[in-house]
Amino acid sequence: MKAKVYITLKRGLLDAQGKTIKGALESLGFQNLHAVRMGKYIEIEMDRRSERSAKQDVERMCQKLLANPVVETYHIEFCRL
Amino acid sequence: MKFGVVVFPGSNCDQDCVYVLKDVLHRPVITLWHEQTTLQGCDAVVLPGGFSYGDYLRTGAIARFSPIMRAVRAFAQDGGLVIGICNGFQILLESGLLPGAMLRNTALRFICRFVTLRVERTDSPFTNRFQEGQVIRLPIAHNEGRYSIDAKALQTNRGQVLFRYCDADGNLFDAANLNGSMDCIAGIMNKAGNVLGMMPHPERASEAILGSTDGRLVFESMIEAFSHV
Amino acid sequence: MSNVSVKKRDRGKIRNIKFGVRGSGFGVRRSILNSKFRIPNSPADVALLKRVARSHNLTDELYERIVRILGRQPTLTEVGIFGVMYSEHCSYCSSKPTLKLFPTKGKRILVPAGKENAGLIDIGDGLAVAFKVESHNHPSAVEPHAGAATGVGGIVRDIFTMGARPIALLDSLRFGPLQNDARTRFLFEGIVRGIADYGNCIGVPTVGGEILFDESYRGNPLVNVMCIGILPKGKIARAVAKGPGNPVVYVGSSTGRDGLGGASFASREITDGSDADRPAVQIGDPFAEKCLIEATLEALATGDVVGIQDMGAAGLTCSTCEMPSRAGTGIAIDVDKVPRREEGMTPYEVMLSESQERMLLVVKRGSVERITQHFSRWGLNAVEIGHVTDNARLRVKEGGDRVADIPVSALTDQAPIFQRPTKRPRYLSKVQRLSLKDIPQPRDYAAVLLKLLASPTIANKAAVFEQYDHMVQANTVVLPGRADAAVLRLKGTNRFLAATIDGNGRYCYLDPYEGSKLAVAEAARNLVCVGATPLAVTNCLNFGSPQDPEIMWQFKECVRGISDACRAFGTPVTGGNVSFYNESPDGAIDPTPVIGMIGIIEGVQGSGLRVEGSCPEPRAQSPEPITANFKAEDDCIILFGETKEELGGGEYLSAIHQRKVGRPPRVDLHAERALQRLMVEASAQGWLKSAHDCSEGGLAVALAESCIIDAQHLIGATIDVSRVTCHVSLRLDALLFGESAGRIIVSCVPESVEVLGHLAKKHEVPATVLGRVGGSRLLIEPWIDVRVEALNDAWRGGLKVALGQEQWGTKGSGDT
Repeated sequence: MKAKVYITLKRGLLDAQGKTIKGALESLGFQNLHAVRMGKYIEIEMDRRSERSAKQDVERMCQKLLANPVVETYHIEFCRL
Repeated sequence: MKFGVVVFPGSNCDQDCVYVLKDVLHRPVITLWHEQTTLQGCDAVVLPGGFSYGDYLRTGAIARFSPIMRAVRAFAQDGGLVIGICNGFQILLESGLLPGAMLRNTALRFICRFVTLRVERTDSPFTNRFQEGQVIRLPIAHNEGRYSIDAKALQTNRGQVLFRYCDADGNLFDAANLNGSMDCIAGIMNKAGNVLGMMPHPERASEAILGSTDGRLVFESMIEAFSHV
Repeated sequence: MSNVSVKKRDRGKIRNIKFGVRGSGFGVRRSILNSKFRIPNSPADVALLKRVARSHNLTDELYERIVRILGRQPTLTEVGIFGVMYSEHCSYCSSKPTLKLFPTKGKRILVPAGKENAGLIDIGDGLAVAFKVESHNHPSAVEPHAGAATGVGGIVRDIFTMGARPIALLDSLRFGPLQNDARTRFLFEGIVRGIADYGNCIGVPTVGGEILFDESYRGNPLVNVMCIGILPKGKIARAVAKGPGNPVVYVGSSTGRDGLGGASFASREITDGSDADRPAVQIGDPFAEKCLIEATLEALATGDVVGIQDMGAAGLTCSTCEMPSRAGTGIAIDVDKVPRREEGMTPYEVMLSESQERMLLVVKRGSVERITQHFSRWGLNAVEIGHVTDNARLRVKEGGDRVADIPVSALTDQAPIFQRPTKRPRYLSKVQRLSLKDIPQPRDYAAVLLKLLASPTIANKAAVFEQYDHMVQANTVVLPGRADAAVLRLKGTNRFLAATIDGNGRYCYLDPYEGSKLAVAEAARNLVCVGATPLAVTNCLNFGSPQDPEIMWQFKECVRGISDACRAFGTPVTGGNVSFYNESPDGAIDPTPVIGMIGIIEGVQGSGLRVEGSCPEPRAQSPEPITANFKAEDDCIILFGETKEELGGGEYLSAIHQRKVGRPPRVDLHAERALQRLMVEASAQGWLKSAHDCSEGGLAVALAESCIIDAQHLIGATIDVSRVTCHVSLRLDALLFGESAGRIIVSCVPESVEVLGHLAKKHEVPATVLGRVGGSRLLIEPWIDVRVEALNDAWRGGLKVALGQEQWGTKGSGDT
């Protein structure tokens, strides 16, 4: 199975990249944008097993290495390969 | 007093630190390879600048798991002097040895230039050779040096700040704070006062020929502090 | 191949591919082309192979030659190997005869030009310097960030494979005008960021360089990178495969299909056709390069390495034939043993891949394990893939199957050389004609000066060099932008190394011979301005297609100009790089030879001049580099050299009058040499407080820059130009903005004026006291009177305005 991990800056922190992209989009004429946030996307291919145990593993990966809990939040999705 | 300079794959200021400590300050120095598990009797540890592991996930995030870091953590908890410069600062943050985290510079680009800093405290093992409020010149060279900390933690750690970005007269304001750090923080130590992280490079400003000798005082302060232990 | 146009550029990468109709017939013949040593025999097979050969720019004639060399039909892998080795980049087939004009001998030269990865010269104190410049133009035009980054990686590898630690990078960049051109801005920002991301990570400071803007580069930017390394004399590592039986070891990153792009498209269609979307640009991994630098230097220090070469252009192919060629040996390798990043790669792909951060080593028998340890310590591959042989052949097998077997000399020494026809370009006589009557003299000279200072070519480049770590390694004594050349201290000695990189395509467009002489003269002038003695040259020759006789003429004229200047200055050419086919749909770029030059500042005892009574003792005890900014009130300003009515090809005509016409300034090589000697002596004796050469924008711009280079210490000057040594009838705009060669503005304390006058006289250099430093205005009476802050705003803001961006260099002024 494949885990998809999305990591973004916590709300409230200045996301300088997101802000720049939003400005660029608006200058291209895209209006009514509330916010643009930029983050990281990580794919992890792993052995097929129960989603629950996989989720626990990926949660731990995020807490231990993939995200910095001081400034980042993460979101995990799973899909079958 | 024996210094140990840690070398991670991707460190690139390790030899600059060794040069200053050995050839400018004439102190014994060894390098500590990241796979080693002991500090080999070092009295102070330097985590140098660079791009450990390419900084590919997050700056300092992978170096933190190096075997040597276990020894550094134990050494720090035991009161040993640890200084992290630039990438070394980022590693200390990721390791939880210092509060806060590092984000990309607000200008979203690498900045390399001399900056002016205000020395906020002189009663620390890293700043005892400075004057309080002294304005010093050190170079910065980083892409991710925007120090960030949540408001509550900032409140409790405010007294630990040793260096702030300022203008030539020592005033703090946005234009002097090139990377957008919270509260203009350029260098901060832990509560116990034995671990310092700073983004500017003191080792690049330790000889007159390089345009400033202010950085040398950071190392000399450490030597001074150690002589009183 | 009517449906395929392949252009070769830069380190043999093949780019600018217009992919033809996919599956255009190749797919049906997999049997012969599966890269095993199965020799095609049927007429259909041979016809197909010839088509593949043509896609590698191997004509039918060359194909027949290959058949004669081999005594049989070639395999697909062999066609690929011949194709890349006969390419312009690897064989220098168009440029080789002309390059013989370069003077390459000198007492400091430690390796002959072209024999090793880079030039090597003796700088005294037991030290040697390796240096070279190389282009990465076309990859940077396709993918600016990755293209520029891998350009840095490639030239850095050339330096540390010689056993030298890389200590500095400089780059010479060319773009179209930035104003209102989103594509050019994208290229500009991407290229700068690519250089920064790679150079900063590997810990090699980018200490200098130049950036010029001209319409001719709009579709084809230039990225030339120069690297300098240092090593103990006598410790050079050679690119040879000596000693039959010695193991051949592959080290570094794994091999993928990157960089195969155009060259292998045929093969890909033949083999699986699954990855047509692969970009034709390699992606660099600076972290791997940093580890490779350290591991390689460690391995070389063991003394177990017999030979070493970077796998750059043409990857494994180039290193496995050039290394034995230099030793008169052969090499046998098994591609099955090559570490790979992707599955299902054919021998053709493995041999031609241009994956980055890889090297080939020949080591002493029995030392493989020791060598491997150094690389695995740094997390890098190190695998024995073959051995040196005594049969002078390149033999490649894939497990049990032989896939290539070629005499090494057929790929190297005996590669084809083309005597390309030349013809004086027709445009020349038209553009060289310049009647100054058609150029109206300005009414407001101050406004012209401000406009020139803000023109992107002249404007301050802090927004660029602040993105480069220019201080790592703690040797950068003169920061970028502070002087005409970069200066590094050499730890443990009392010497300084100075380096510069210069070129002017507009001059060369208007007169290739004079223009390239000017480039060498300016490089040397930049070095003497910091007090260094020029020692040696490397070059990067950027041109359009050599198949165009007019461009070949430009090329020959430029090589002739560089040769004459280098000979006159005693600065031999140690090596370099040729980049042809720099063209876009709008035409070829201006001929752009770029000169990299290094020099040395060394402690000179107060030899020199004694003038009866009037002359104080020389001041300098230890050498100190000289910067370009005026230092103190009341210092005297002196102009060395003669000013002529030379406006042709200058920034004034270009930026103010939008004209690219006239003849560039003439260089008097004898006068330049005299000026160099004067500057070296005057600086060694410590008389000079500042020195800055007059180049783009002429006298007025040089004076203004000296007033404002130090942002923390702007200072004015009062100038009387009526004293300037010049022809009688000089127009005022030519006097102020003309770019006559051989001129340097220096400043000194008033007491030194006399001795400098005597020194100038001794060297037969005209010297004019122009005025004094001081105040807060630049006053060139009676035409220019401007506050230094206004000069500063124009100069420091110019690039930002041209980019139309707020985030560029908005914070603070440019002090570094």
